[in-house]
Amino acid sequence: MTATSAAPATGRAAAPRRPAARTNLAGTAALLRFALRRDRLRLSAWVLGLWLTTLASADSVHTVYPTAADRAAIAQGSAGPAILAMSGPARYLADYTWGAMLGHRLLGLLAVLAGLLSILTVTRHTRAEEESGRAELLRSAAVGRHAPLAAALATAAVADLALGVLLAAGLPALGIPGLTAAGSALFGAATALAGLLFAAVAAVTVQLSAHARTASGLALAVLGGAYALRAAGDAGSGALSWASPIGWLQRSYPFVDDRWWPLLPALALTAATATAGFALSSRRDHGAGLRAARPGPAGGSPALGTPFGLALRLHRGLLGGFAVALLLVGAMYGSLLGDADSMLGNVDRIREALDRLGGHTLADSYAALTMLVVAVVGGVHAVLATLRPRVEESAGRAVPVLATGVSRSAWLGGHLAAALLGSTAVLLAAGVGFGLAGAISSGDGGAFLRLTGAALAFAPAQWVTVGFAAAVYGWLPRATPLAWLVPGYAFVIGYLGPLLDLPAGLERLSPYGQVPRLPAAAMDWTPPAVLTLVAAALIVLALAGFRRRDID
Amino acid sequence: MTKAITLSGLRKTFGRTTALDGLDLTVETGEVHGFLGPNGSGKSTTIRVLLGLLRADGGSARMLGKDPWHDAVELHRRLAYVPGDVELWPNLTGGEAIDLLSRLRGRLDRRRRDELIERFDLDPTKKGRSYSKGNRQKVAIVAALASDAELLLLDEPTSGLDPLMEVVFQDVVRQAKQEGRTVLLSSHILDEVEKLGDRVSIIRHGRVVQSGTLTELRHLTRTTVEARTLRPVAGLDAMTGVHGLHTEGDLVRFSVDGAQLDAAVRLLSAAGLRALLSHPPTLEELMLRHYGDELAANGHRLDGEALR
Repeated sequence: MTATSAAPATGRAAAPRRPAARTNLAGTAALLRFALRRDRLRLSAWVLGLWLTTLASADSVHTVYPTAADRAAIAQGSAGPAILAMSGPARYLADYTWGAMLGHRLLGLLAVLAGLLSILTVTRHTRAEEESGRAELLRSAAVGRHAPLAAALATAAVADLALGVLLAAGLPALGIPGLTAAGSALFGAATALAGLLFAAVAAVTVQLSAHARTASGLALAVLGGAYALRAAGDAGSGALSWASPIGWLQRSYPFVDDRWWPLLPALALTAATATAGFALSSRRDHGAGLRAARPGPAGGSPALGTPFGLALRLHRGLLGGFAVALLLVGAMYGSLLGDADSMLGNVDRIREALDRLGGHTLADSYAALTMLVVAVVGGVHAVLATLRPRVEESAGRAVPVLATGVSRSAWLGGHLAAALLGSTAVLLAAGVGFGLAGAISSGDGGAFLRLTGAALAFAPAQWVTVGFAAAVYGWLPRATPLAWLVPGYAFVIGYLGPLLDLPAGLERLSPYGQVPRLPAAAMDWTPPAVLTLVAAALIVLALAGFRRRDID
Repeated sequence: MTKAITLSGLRKTFGRTTALDGLDLTVETGEVHGFLGPNGSGKSTTIRVLLGLLRADGGSARMLGKDPWHDAVELHRRLAYVPGDVELWPNLTGGEAIDLLSRLRGRLDRRRRDELIERFDLDPTKKGRSYSKGNRQKVAIVAALASDAELLLLDEPTSGLDPLMEVVFQDVVRQAKQEGRTVLLSSHILDEVEKLGDRVSIIRHGRVVQSGTLTELRHLTRTTVEARTLRPVAGLDAMTGVHGLHTEGDLVRFSVDGAQLDAAVRLLSAAGLRALLSHPPTLEELMLRHYGDELAANGHRLDGEALR
């Protein structure tokens, strides 16, 4: 009979009937404020990071290529399919002003990164919340059916638009001739629109799968596909680029032609995709995907009953996705191999640039250059796979396993073995794709083994990436985003290094920069041996840290 | 009897939060030991130290004669653990998770596993993500009890189970006790501990504030007495150890400390007893005694009435 003073029940009159759209979106503003509050550091870091990198790049090209002759030279050097596949359409090269360089080299990259930011943001605030059960709590409040998705899209939009506005305002302020206000506005708008478009793509994929990881994986596959299409198009005839929205945005030619109309189809596609996301969302149950779950085996196979077996099972999806993606990317680059000689041969400047790599043929040099890109993309898998134990630990799934007869070393070791083998397998897939397509397009059967070997030469670099991520996880589990430094650095240096004329030493700081550039250069066994030792040392360090610390 | 678990002066802090503040706990081999305390009192931290997942900042811990931190793996082969909040792999079925955990612990006893799955009415073919909270809990309980572990660490194992399954769970724990296994049962469900526990430790703010058999604990605490007397009872209000005295005509109701019970009943008897009703303290009352000040501070009434 404890006398507690219950809060007086609030009797409220029935809310007046409102149009369905209003109620479906009830609470969106509150959710948006909440999401921005949660993500204030994350989004600011992304937006400011991308903005400052762009401004710094603009400033560097201005310093590095002061004269028209310098710019003409780099334009000539950029005309090869490898560079075009990594940057943008050749139209920018006609008059390679500082502005044209930005549009050519950075717009595609910014589109991908803004898309990545949007995909991660939308998934994080929709499916990941649903999967964790937190969304249910929110939905039980006066929050409309569409409010979480609308708020997530709005959160991504705030970040994308902020980046667009900052670019539009910041670039002209640098005072670099040719970086006009109109061009900068278009540049910023195209970047923001890429972000919005892939936010809309994620709005669809989070409806399809009940798992946040699958949902973001699907959206990233669309992003990767769009990038690969434009890369193949820009390196070839250009027709394929029109199948890719990133290709459309690059064809707005900011600072060159300043044409706004290619943004219109992208805008229409964004609106249509987002609408599809909302439509699909009302066709499914909360927490469910569009496909019903099927029953699985009633018992576990003995193969599952070891730490390594469990790790393999948990890494399977990620590994399969990356292996297929890199097989395709490798094949895309490989299919251009046959044309490399004819396309590049005419350009003296490229011949010089590629000669520095030491290739016997231009095709070899082209393969060596693009293989690095493929390997760094594989590094994304290496980090994701290595951080899988962190995901398990945060989700509370590590403790039940560690409470059995599995030692900490065996548990983490199982995951690391899966990451090491997986990252090697991903390289092998890329090499096979590159090798097959390369052998067919160049009509040289021997190219298959050479190119597969060139891809596998990056394996020790991949292991260092695994080792670094593991060491961060072992000692500083809360600082695991630091693991992205290795592929991130290699990516930025590999992408912007040649354009910004950065010292070669900077590239060699990355494990990927240490790998002999096969098939252009000769094999040198010392760097892979050293990298392998470094990786082994990092893994020993990781296990030592993991044995010492508290488990969350 | 030998000790299955001995903790003395155990300390653990997380930043500025003190989770364990000199905790002492002894669990005898073969007993079911109730580990009682509200949310956030340090029960799970204690169990995580026992599992070697957390390293204690001070004090000593022995379990099955070993050190929980250094001999974690060896100990884990001899124990089974059920967390209060079971997380399963979304893409593994419940059956796969049970087999995985059993195999990682050692040997899989398929007959026992199948029997438990049937008793708990669990569908092992569903994927982890489609289980309800109660069903996830069943997966962990089956995986733990299917083993031949000599020590069971159960951290609020029945949270989310329906009453029918709680009965099954209690049967299974009793059976484990008969087989001579030791059980540390952390809970805030008093009824469960009262039914299963041989001994009970009450934890508060990271310390064990009381430990003993239920009989011992009851002796230490108040008995509620309700009596009708011919004449008004004299002297009760002046007596130390009498709480929440309430008189209504010939009816007198109060609670009295164990040590004063005899004296209080003598006074009643002197006043001419017509009816006497007394009952020993329930575990709930034991808990309230230790946490009463907190509730009182929050504005909840805690006189004799509140203690029933």
